Amino acid sequence: MELLANLQLGFGVALAGTNILYCFVGVLLGTLIGVLPGIGPVATIAMLLPATFVLPPVSALIMLAGIYYGASYGGSTTAILVNLPGEVSSVVTCLDGYQMARNGHAGKALAIAAIGSFFAGTVATLLVAAFAPPLAELALKFGPADYFSLMVLGLIAAVVLAHGSLIKAVAMIVLGLLVGLIGTDVNSGVARYSFGLPELIDGVGIGPIAMGIFGFGEIIRNLEHGQKRDVFVKKVTGLMPTWQDLRISALPIVRGTTLGSALGILPGGGPILGSFSAYTLEKKLSKDPSRFGKGAIEGVAAPESANNAAAQTSFIPLLTLGIPSNPVMALMIGAMIIHGIQPGPQIMTAKPDLFWGMIASMWVGNLLLVVLNLPMIGMWVKLLTLEYRFLYPAILIFCCIGVYSINNTWMDVILAAGFGFIGYLFGKLDCEAAPLLLGFVLGPMMEENLRRALLLSRGDPAVFVTRPISATLLVLAVLLLIIVAAPAVRKKREETFVEEE
Amino acid sequence: MKHLIKNPRDFWSGVMFLAIGALFAGIAFTYKLGTAARMGPGFFPFVLGIILAALGVAILLAAMRDSNKGPGVEKFHWMPVFWVLMPIVVFGFGLKVAGMIVMGLFVVIVSSIGSEDFKLKPTIWLAIGLVIFCSLSFVAGLKLPIPLCPGLDFFEQFALCRV
Repeated sequence: MELLANLQLGFGVALAGTNILYCFVGVLLGTLIGVLPGIGPVATIAMLLPATFVLPPVSALIMLAGIYYGASYGGSTTAILVNLPGEVSSVVTCLDGYQMARNGHAGKALAIAAIGSFFAGTVATLLVAAFAPPLAELALKFGPADYFSLMVLGLIAAVVLAHGSLIKAVAMIVLGLLVGLIGTDVNSGVARYSFGLPELIDGVGIGPIAMGIFGFGEIIRNLEHGQKRDVFVKKVTGLMPTWQDLRISALPIVRGTTLGSALGILPGGGPILGSFSAYTLEKKLSKDPSRFGKGAIEGVAAPESANNAAAQTSFIPLLTLGIPSNPVMALMIGAMIIHGIQPGPQIMTAKPDLFWGMIASMWVGNLLLVVLNLPMIGMWVKLLTLEYRFLYPAILIFCCIGVYSINNTWMDVILAAGFGFIGYLFGKLDCEAAPLLLGFVLGPMMEENLRRALLLSRGDPAVFVTRPISATLLVLAVLLLIIVAAPAVRKKREETFVEEE
Repeated sequence: MKHLIKNPRDFWSGVMFLAIGALFAGIAFTYKLGTAARMGPGFFPFVLGIILAALGVAILLAAMRDSNKGPGVEKFHWMPVFWVLMPIVVFGFGLKVAGMIVMGLFVVIVSSIGSEDFKLKPTIWLAIGLVIFCSLSFVAGLKLPIPLCPGLDFFEQFALCRV
């Protein structure tokens, strides 16, 4: 019954007058910006991060989480209405969602996506509430060596789920780790890689990197290809799904939720893998698989539920271990640190109001998402018809102001421009940037834990294999690598991602 | 040389990783490396730099194998790069001097030139609208300490211009 008491505390925090307001504002802003094509959740959160600075930490994190759900749902809306996925995890939604829209069922597709997401969000919130505390307690038993191995496992898993070349993804992670080390070394006080610039002594912030690579780089890419969009739907009518639709979608939503929740805990592409496997599963189970790709409602319901469930459960490693499982969570860690909160297992005991308040706000956020979006779909459609030539200058100015105000320094703006170019270069070379962001956040933590572990063992690296927890984690990491490198799996993986594109 | 590279995108990313890895490792070498038990500031970056360079070599070599054929590197479009990034850099350097109103107008108008169908008049209206919106929401509303006006004494008399 402790769970109930905790949830009660959480809802007390989440429903407190101002917090629910910030949750609402977050969901609204997130959807508003997430709907704009070409801006994924990472860029959205990075852009809106400064807007939370004036708030107390709990409200700020609640608002950021709201922005995340809003941005994800906004991404699905663009996927359905214009066949443009805002992020990789809504690629699958395009397949049947866009076809539904073309057949005149845009309203239904959007509604079932919202309903599925809400159900998934409810279940996943309960899962987070139930599983986070025991995990956090387990994490408290972790020594530095165990933490180091856990991060290795997390990074490897993230690579495995990334698409494209495996070895390039590993290289991107290592590059991220290195960029994360820029700045003063806490032990010796040496300013590493700062090239005598005082602005680099504190290191590179996550804001300039995320905004540069995921915001500016993306805009350059969009401009070079020219933006051709087909908004089929000028007006969305027939919003409510019929009983028949709901009956068909019920089981896919449950299955999608289950798959998504399980896969979301995994580091890396939880939501991506969740939505994709949910779609594949439905196609396999369907009596008439040929309907898929032509506007099957299950093809929207299942992946959308999985996507949202995974988005929720990916908070578990963040809240219990302080380890991000995807770029969005990496940004959340950045936000926590900016607000003076050290992420990790101690949050639950040290700041129960923050911990449970955030969990409760997940459910509130999902509820607000449904309440907010169903009546406002018409407005989102209008936003979609905005021309890109008016859109991107607006994004640029918001990003400039946002990145400047994180630390009030001009250097961050210049850095963001530099990372914009680097992001563009990465795109040309087919190097996926998401692993870099994970490595970037984990770099300093990995070094610190490696240092402590080796100090305790007097320099003996065997400590990583003699401690049972650490050894288990490393074995898992090696197993994962072997499985992915195995020819059969590799082929399957390639097929999966080809189909996705 | 050219016929040896079967997968140019991989090849050049390999070169990139090798160069960056070597650079990081080289600089790390100038910091104290220390021992495993007492890691100096150079230890971890040195090891990572070496790993990155090694990965770069592996990628580069793999890109020369027949079984790994891939498309060429797409052409760089320098125009959008310039029109997007240049105004941001100017914004970064100029914000303290010129203030957000001037710099905001600059960013919006100049970056718009990068679009294929640029038209001056609607762009100017867009710029004015966005600057008003940003001033109201970020500076007046959220109270972010962003200088609005140019950093001249003359502007100090207006309440809005004081940061």
